[in-house]
Amino acid sequence: MKRRSVVKYAAVAAALSLGLTACGGGSSESKGSDTVRVTLANHVWTEGIKAAIPEFEKSTGLKVELTQLGEDQLSDQYNVKLNAGSDEIDVMMYRPLQEGKAFARNGYLADLTSKVAEDADWNWKDYQDGPVKATTFEDKVTGVPIITEREVLYYRKDLLKAAGIEVPKTMEELEAAAKKLSSADTAGFVARTGKSAAVTQFSSFLYSFGGDFTDESGKSAVGSAEAKKAYAFYGGLIKNYGPKNVSTDMSWPEAMAIFTQGKAAFYTEADSLYKNATDPAKSKVTETVGFAPLPAGPAGSKPYNIPSWGLGVNQASANQDNAWKFIKWATSKERTLEAQKAGVPGPRASVWSDPAGTSTYPKDLAAAIAVSAENGVGHDRPQVLTVGKAREIVGGPIVSSITGADASAAADTANTAFQKFLDDEK
Amino acid sequence: MSVLTPARTSGRTASAQENFSAWANRHRKWLFAAPAMIFVGVLIIFPLAWTLYLSLTDSQGSVRAASDFVGLENYLTVLTDTERFWPAVGRTLSFTLVALGCEIILGMGIALLLWRPFRGEKWVRVAILLPLVATPVAVGMMWRLIFDPNIGFANQLLGLVGIPPQPWLSGQDSALPTTIFMDVWQWTPMVVLILLAGLTSLSDEPDEAARMDGASAVQRFFYVTLPLMMPTVIVAILLRGIDALKTFDILYATKGKGGGSFHEVETLNVYAYGLSFDYNQYGLSSAVLILFFMIIIGSMWLLTMRKKAVSK
Repeated sequence: MKRRSVVKYAAVAAALSLGLTACGGGSSESKGSDTVRVTLANHVWTEGIKAAIPEFEKSTGLKVELTQLGEDQLSDQYNVKLNAGSDEIDVMMYRPLQEGKAFARNGYLADLTSKVAEDADWNWKDYQDGPVKATTFEDKVTGVPIITEREVLYYRKDLLKAAGIEVPKTMEELEAAAKKLSSADTAGFVARTGKSAAVTQFSSFLYSFGGDFTDESGKSAVGSAEAKKAYAFYGGLIKNYGPKNVSTDMSWPEAMAIFTQGKAAFYTEADSLYKNATDPAKSKVTETVGFAPLPAGPAGSKPYNIPSWGLGVNQASANQDNAWKFIKWATSKERTLEAQKAGVPGPRASVWSDPAGTSTYPKDLAAAIAVSAENGVGHDRPQVLTVGKAREIVGGPIVSSITGADASAAADTANTAFQKFLDDEK
Repeated sequence: MSVLTPARTSGRTASAQENFSAWANRHRKWLFAAPAMIFVGVLIIFPLAWTLYLSLTDSQGSVRAASDFVGLENYLTVLTDTERFWPAVGRTLSFTLVALGCEIILGMGIALLLWRPFRGEKWVRVAILLPLVATPVAVGMMWRLIFDPNIGFANQLLGLVGIPPQPWLSGQDSALPTTIFMDVWQWTPMVVLILLAGLTSLSDEPDEAARMDGASAVQRFFYVTLPLMMPTVIVAILLRGIDALKTFDILYATKGKGGGSFHEVETLNVYAYGLSFDYNQYGLSSAVLILFFMIIIGSMWLLTMRKKAVSK
C-alpha cells in the first residue's frame, strides 16, 4: 500500500524500459500475421469504419482486431506503447498536427512514401495539399489523412430572426449581434475556454486579425499587436456575452452542450462536429441551427483548414504490409465518400467535387465549408514538437482575457515564454 | 570408488537430483523467498532505479532516443521552479492535510455513533460504505455533473434557498476545496472502518472505571477512549494520508490535464503526469517523482516515529 504511488509510475517506467529489451530481441513474427491490430479514436469516422470492417475481412481474408479509445487515453496509450517500441499496434489513428511531428521525429511512424505512390487507382494525388503537408515529415509521407476540419460559425436562426439580425459577416457584426442576443438565460456567444483546448478554435480569430503563432522567421508572434487584439476579442466575447459563471476548462463537449441545450446564440467550432448540433438525440436546436463562414476580421476571414486525424503505420510493427492494406481500404474513394456522407469531412478533392459528397450536409454548412476550404490556413496550433506544452503557453492569454485580466500583459508574458520554448526546442 | 551404491547404477541423473535437493535444502530460506524477491526486484526496485537514472538524464521526446547524463540539473530546475513545482507541493500538502483532518474527525464521530449496537445497524453500515466501493473516476464524473455551474444540481439546490450560483469546480479558488470535499465524501468510510475496528477491540473496563469516577462523556472520550485509540488513529492517518498524497483519479477526472487552466488542482502527481505524458520530458518528470517519493517516505517516517512514541 505504502509504495503504490511509486509503483504506479514505476510501472510506466518499467513498461518503457522493458520495451528496450523487447525491441532488442527482435520481433517474433518475421512474416506478417493475418491479424491487423488497429487502434482508433472515438469518432463518427470510426463508427462508420467499424460497421464496414466485416466487408474488409471478407475480401482480404485478414482479421481486424480493433481497439477504440477516447482522445486522451489514445494519446497515453501511444506514449507508453510507442515509447516502448511495442509491436502490438499495426495501424494507428493519430492527430497529425498534435503528435505527428513528434511521432515522426521519434521514429514511431513507418515511411509510407513508396506505398502511397504505388497504386494509381487509390490515387494519392486526389488528396488536398494542406492535409498532405501535415502528414508529411521531412519529405517522407508518414500518414494518410482521414478527417479534415475548418472552423465555422454555428448560430441560432430563430434568435437572429426574432431580433431582426443578419448573419454576421465581420467580427464587429458578430460582437454587436452577440451583445444584442445575450440575455438572462441565453448567452450571446460561447466557445471553448480551456487554456489548451481553446487554442485551436482561437487560431482562426488570430489569423483573421492578421496574426499567427510564429512569424516568417520562426520567432514567437503571440505578443504582436494583432495577436493582442485577437486575444482581447475572443476572450472579451466570452467574458461579456458568454454564459454566466463560465468555466475556464471547457473543451468542445462542454461548449457544444451549452449551444445544443439552446443556451447560446453563436458558437464557433470545427465543422466536423456539426452532427452533434443536428442530431435530435443530442441536440435541442436541430431545427434552428444555422452555419456560416467564420466572420471576417481586419485581415479577412481566415479559418484553419486542417486534417484533424490521419492513419499511420507503427514503425515497430511486423505486419506493415497488411497494415497498409487496411489503410488503403479505409481511405479508398468509396469509403471516404461513405464517411463524408455520414458527416465526416474528407481530405480527398474528389468527394468534394462529387455532388453526392455534400448531399447530406445542411446547405449552408456545405457553402461555409467551401468558403473556408478556399481561404483556410493549414494549421490550427503552433507547429512544434511538444505541442501540448506550446498550447498551454499560447493559450494562457485566452484564459486571462476571459477572466478579465490584462490580455495585453498576458500576451507579452506568453510571448517571452513561447520564444524561450522555441529556442529550447531547436 | 562406490561401486555398490544404488545411485551409481541409475546413472548421472539421480546424483544430479540428489545434488540439487541437497543444494536446495541448504539454501531453502532463499529459495522460498525467491518469488517474492523477484517480484519486488522487478516491480519495485528496478523501476525505482530506472526512474532515478532517468532523473539524472535529459531524456525527452522518446525514452529510446539518445539522452545525455546531466547530473542533478533536473533537480535544480525543479527545485527552483516557483511557477509549477512549489505551488504543486503546496497544493499536495494542503489537499492531504485538510482532507485527512476532515476524514479523521468525521470518521471518528461516525465510528463512535456506530460503536454501540442499535436497531438497523447493518443497513446504516452498508449505506455508509457505499462511496467506498464506487470507482474514483466515476465519482469524479458524478460530482462534476452535480457541480456544473450552469446545469448542475448543487446550484439548483442553492437556488431554492436563495443563494446565488457558485462556480464550484470551475472557480479558481473553489476548485481545490471542491475536490477535497469529494475526497472526504469518498474516503471517510474507510477511516470509519479502521477506527471502528479499533473501538471494538477496546476493553470496556477503563471506560467503566471512568464512569464510576463520575467522568462526563466528553471527558471519557478525551481522557480514556482517545488515548487508547491513538495507535489505531495513527494507522488510519498513515494509510489514508499516503493515499491522499498521491490522489490522481478524481483530480484528473474533474479538471483534466494540468489541473485546470490555472493549474488550480495540480498536485505533484498531476504535475508529473503532465510532464511525462503531455510534455514528454521524462528526465524532469522522473526528478519530480523522485522528490515526491522522498516526501512520501519522509512523512511515513515521521508518522511511524510518532506511532512508536505513542505505543510506548
